[in-house]
Amino acid sequence: MAISKEEVEHIAKLACLNLSEAEKERYAGDMTEILEFANMINSVNTDEVNETIGANENYNVFRKDEIVQTVDKESLLQNAPSQEDGMFQIPKVIN
Amino acid sequence: MELYELTAHELMDKLAKAEVTSEEITKSYFDRIREKDGEVKAYVSIMEEEALSKARSVDEARKAGKSVSKYAGIPIGIKDNMCITGTKTTCSSKMLENFVAPYNATVIENLNKEDMVYLGKTNLDEFAMGSSTENSAFFNTRNPWDLDRVPGGSSGGSAAAVAADLAPWTLGSDTGGSIRQPSSLCGVVGFKPTYGLVSRYGLVAFASSLDQIGPITKDVTDSALLLNLLAGHDEKDSTSMNVEKKDYTKALINDVKGMKIGLPKEYIGEGINEEVKQAILAVAKKYEELGATVEECSFDVGKYATSVYYVIADAEASSNLGRFDGIRYGFRSEKYDNLKDIYKNSRSEGFGPEVKRRIMIGTYVLSSGYYDAYYKKAQKVRTVIKNSYNELFEKYDLLLTPVSPTTAFKIGEKSDNPLEMYLADICTVPVNIGGLPGMSIPCALDSNGLPIGFQLIGKAFNEETIIRAAYTYEQNSNFKENKPTFKGGNN
Repeated sequence: MAISKEEVEHIAKLACLNLSEAEKERYAGDMTEILEFANMINSVNTDEVNETIGANENYNVFRKDEIVQTVDKESLLQNAPSQEDGMFQIPKVIN
Repeated sequence: MELYELTAHELMDKLAKAEVTSEEITKSYFDRIREKDGEVKAYVSIMEEEALSKARSVDEARKAGKSVSKYAGIPIGIKDNMCITGTKTTCSSKMLENFVAPYNATVIENLNKEDMVYLGKTNLDEFAMGSSTENSAFFNTRNPWDLDRVPGGSSGGSAAAVAADLAPWTLGSDTGGSIRQPSSLCGVVGFKPTYGLVSRYGLVAFASSLDQIGPITKDVTDSALLLNLLAGHDEKDSTSMNVEKKDYTKALINDVKGMKIGLPKEYIGEGINEEVKQAILAVAKKYEELGATVEECSFDVGKYATSVYYVIADAEASSNLGRFDGIRYGFRSEKYDNLKDIYKNSRSEGFGPEVKRRIMIGTYVLSSGYYDAYYKKAQKVRTVIKNSYNELFEKYDLLLTPVSPTTAFKIGEKSDNPLEMYLADICTVPVNIGGLPGMSIPCALDSNGLPIGFQLIGKAFNEETIIRAAYTYEQNSNFKENKPTFKGGNN
């Protein structure tokens, strides 16, 4: 089953990526090949088994719901591409 | 013998006997880095000033007779996907090129408690996605045994650094073989612990149900020593298991008598290079001579592991990498008029081709209409694979396989064919699917003088059996006499 250019465009939209025409073509081919390889799993009989959820037996790990000081605001903001008054800055979203 | 040639435990002995200072050791590595890293290119960044200052303070404490850890003042290199406060953590990606970590990974906190010295951050495939370190957005790392060849990946910088004596030991991370495969290709010891043994807090997430941090070292003794510092429960990682704290050096016993080792026939057959196969059979024979029983067995479902892996790992990656939006941290595109454009353009310009490819595949297998056929099915086959391991471990203490189907390949040889590159992981990926511990131990050189490693796979949370068998092999063989040649490199 070949992945079409339209499918690549749809997936890129879901993944929030802009792809060039060359990338679309490249990924359509690569995805076709890789997914065909991945499809091999459909020949395994899994009628009797459940999905693996998580890699180990840990299940519902809880902690106390307490406020703790983790990392200070300044060091968290130091990596923001744009900030103002101690907040992350984004372009206007409402006209 | 130069200081940089020693193992970490040999350096510890010298420090304890006051034969050498941490400053001398640390300087020896930076001199070596200046001499050799121009060729190897293992490091993305070095931390000379901080390292020397730390080394001096440890030396002063020792001199003043204060009680210090035996690890204090020993240098280490860290894969550049683990956070050290105030230091750049780039994941070898344009996306995080200028990211300064605001907190320490838990493994770093553990090393800090022992006053260890950071030499720098090592190169990797972007976001740890790859098997050759060619996906680094910055530069290729070269294999010290042949500079025209890849060091493997994704922890290629960490493995090459140890092989080239640019660090006594390093940390790597392993999602599908990223510690073991480069260790095999570079002739060093790489250990992926059981999933949940080492905290992932502060390791930049790639595939959360598969990622695990582990040591890359010159010998098995160092591997056990470093694992002692890494292992332990951490509240900050809900998948970290609360298991009893162990001293892994107690497993450094030169004896495998009575041990039962399974040799899955699928990994010494088709698709495995003949020289690699012969090396693995020689290891099997050696174990028999040393008193273990080695028996051929079957791990038939292992052939599905790579398919399962690329569905699950890419699905998890596409979700984990959703956080890169150009708002809170990371690269922001200059081209935008609105919020949506910031997201799209920052991601499109910030991620490299392999990362985008995996996000695309991961998004596809999670998308409506394909979820059941790919993601859900892969999680079921994962259970089948785990069950098969459980059956094998009812009969055997360990499984013996190659680490990589071939020795180090040429730079550029596979970089245009993603699927071919994925097949470099066929021997290591199943171990991550099972959440099991696996170690790569060097055992031979091929006819091109390139290292071959063998893999020991153990039961979950039974790292000791692997360490004991690996140590026994090491004590009864002489791979260590080989040293990288730094040949090639003119291309």
